[in-house]
Amino acid sequence: MNEFLNMGGYAIYVWPCYGLTAFCLIGLVVSARVSLRRARLNALQRIKSLELKNAPKA
Amino acid sequence: MFLWFHKLGSPRYFYAFARIIAPWIALVCATTMAWGVYQALWVAPPDYQQGESYRIMYVHVPSAWMSMFVYMVMAVASAVYLIWHMKLAGFVAQASAPIGAVFTFLALATGSLWGKPMWGTWWVWDARLTSELVLLFLYLGYMALHEAYDNPSTGAKAAAILAIVGVVNIPIIHYSVEWWHTLHQGASVTKMGKPSMPASMLVPLLVMALSFKAFYGTVLLWRLQAKILEREYRSKWVRELLTGDKA
Amino acid sequence: MQDTTTSAVHVSLGQAFWQLLRRDLLLTLRRGNEWINPLVFFVIVVSLFPLGIGPGAKTLQLIGPGVVWVSALLATLLALDGLFRSDYQDGALELILLSPHPLSVLVLAKVLAHWLITGLPLVLLSPLLGVLLHQDSSVMWVLMATLALGTATLSLIGSIGAALTVGVRRGGVLLSLLVLPLYVPVLIFGSNAVASAGMGLAVKGQLSLLGGMLFLALALAPVATAASLRVSVE
Repeated sequence: MNEFLNMGGYAIYVWPCYGLTAFCLIGLVVSARVSLRRARLNALQRIKSLELKNAPKA
Repeated sequence: MFLWFHKLGSPRYFYAFARIIAPWIALVCATTMAWGVYQALWVAPPDYQQGESYRIMYVHVPSAWMSMFVYMVMAVASAVYLIWHMKLAGFVAQASAPIGAVFTFLALATGSLWGKPMWGTWWVWDARLTSELVLLFLYLGYMALHEAYDNPSTGAKAAAILAIVGVVNIPIIHYSVEWWHTLHQGASVTKMGKPSMPASMLVPLLVMALSFKAFYGTVLLWRLQAKILEREYRSKWVRELLTGDKA
Repeated sequence: MQDTTTSAVHVSLGQAFWQLLRRDLLLTLRRGNEWINPLVFFVIVVSLFPLGIGPGAKTLQLIGPGVVWVSALLATLLALDGLFRSDYQDGALELILLSPHPLSVLVLAKVLAHWLITGLPLVLLSPLLGVLLHQDSSVMWVLMATLALGTATLSLIGSIGAALTVGVRRGGVLLSLLVLPLYVPVLIFGSNAVASAGMGLAVKGQLSLLGGMLFLALALAPVATAASLRVSVE
């Protein structure tokens, strides 16, 4: 197994590459999901404040 | 059929479409990437010259392709936005820019990591790496211009023009850098890109490229949903969607 | 007999072009020697390099073309910021936008005025700086030729960036971020032409490519600048 990890001596180049790629791709996924959830909450909040403004006398 | 495509232009239908499609594309991306990485790291035979270090290619080349592909999508979306004033196309361009910038950075980072074992230095002014670097500046310029305007719609239009001007310049930049590289190049350097490869090496590369495209599709659809909600919260369908009641 | 009752004073496109050109030239020259600044910047930047790298004639000669070209590029960039900004602030830009004539031609007039004020002096000054960097005399005319073609292309491409950032508060830095990547081809062929002239190689290829880029920019840049102006001046 560790022979495989050694990557024919190039381990210090190959694994950081795949690590960095994984990090960046996961980062993109997380930031997309977070922005989606925040957009939903934001929109909901704004809608609520719009409703309050439009119908104060209810 | 054309009506279906046309309806996609309206944020409401696109939002519904995106919600349905996104999970499937995410599934495609996950499976192809898992299979691709497995092939790239375990199955594909080592290169006779570069040994195991060439496995970096399976990450470097797809992200380099993606960096170019995303910019093309941005340019086309910007053109559609400017010509037919399709708000959604503007959203596509804005949402794609950060993704493209990350792919370009990835291509540069993995390229220099690959260059170290092959050329002995972290950064080599290779023609492709230099073009990638200039492409990264184009992305950063696009995002900076878009952020600089307070009014989002002016920002979107200005950035759209820059994207189109950029796409016209990309071939010119590419060939001038290519020419510049061959001029100053000493000994012939092993080809870093796509050497003629046996199928067992080529197939994982194509599968990885496909998984990167599917990845771009999913993240783009998520970011688009976010942008649509952000900009369309006043419209009735968003209120119905979010509050669930038919107020 | 010209029918003056209905049509307002009709200014033909050519007249509008020259009037705008004349106005811009007079405006800049009359506004004190502000136009000198890019030139002084050009000289200072070039003379910084020997201080930074060392007075060795051989190294200076090697890096000379690149240094002169990069400094010329930065000087043009510096001068571009003011291309539309003063008109934008006092509202003259809106009037230009309202004129019935095609905006891209009027933009061409403004860019030509800008080039005559900053580009041309750069070209005329460059042999002096070539001497500063130990370039031998045979290279001088190539330096001037490439800079003449190059600075015009740089002004045209830069005018797109200037138009895009005219509405932005601190547009100067943003302008350089937008425009510098687009300057790469011009820089590559320009400085390479001068370098290969120094080595006695033929420069016709690079010069013709620079000319080609100039005409491409001449055709496309004003259209993009006009579109950008319509967007950023709202």
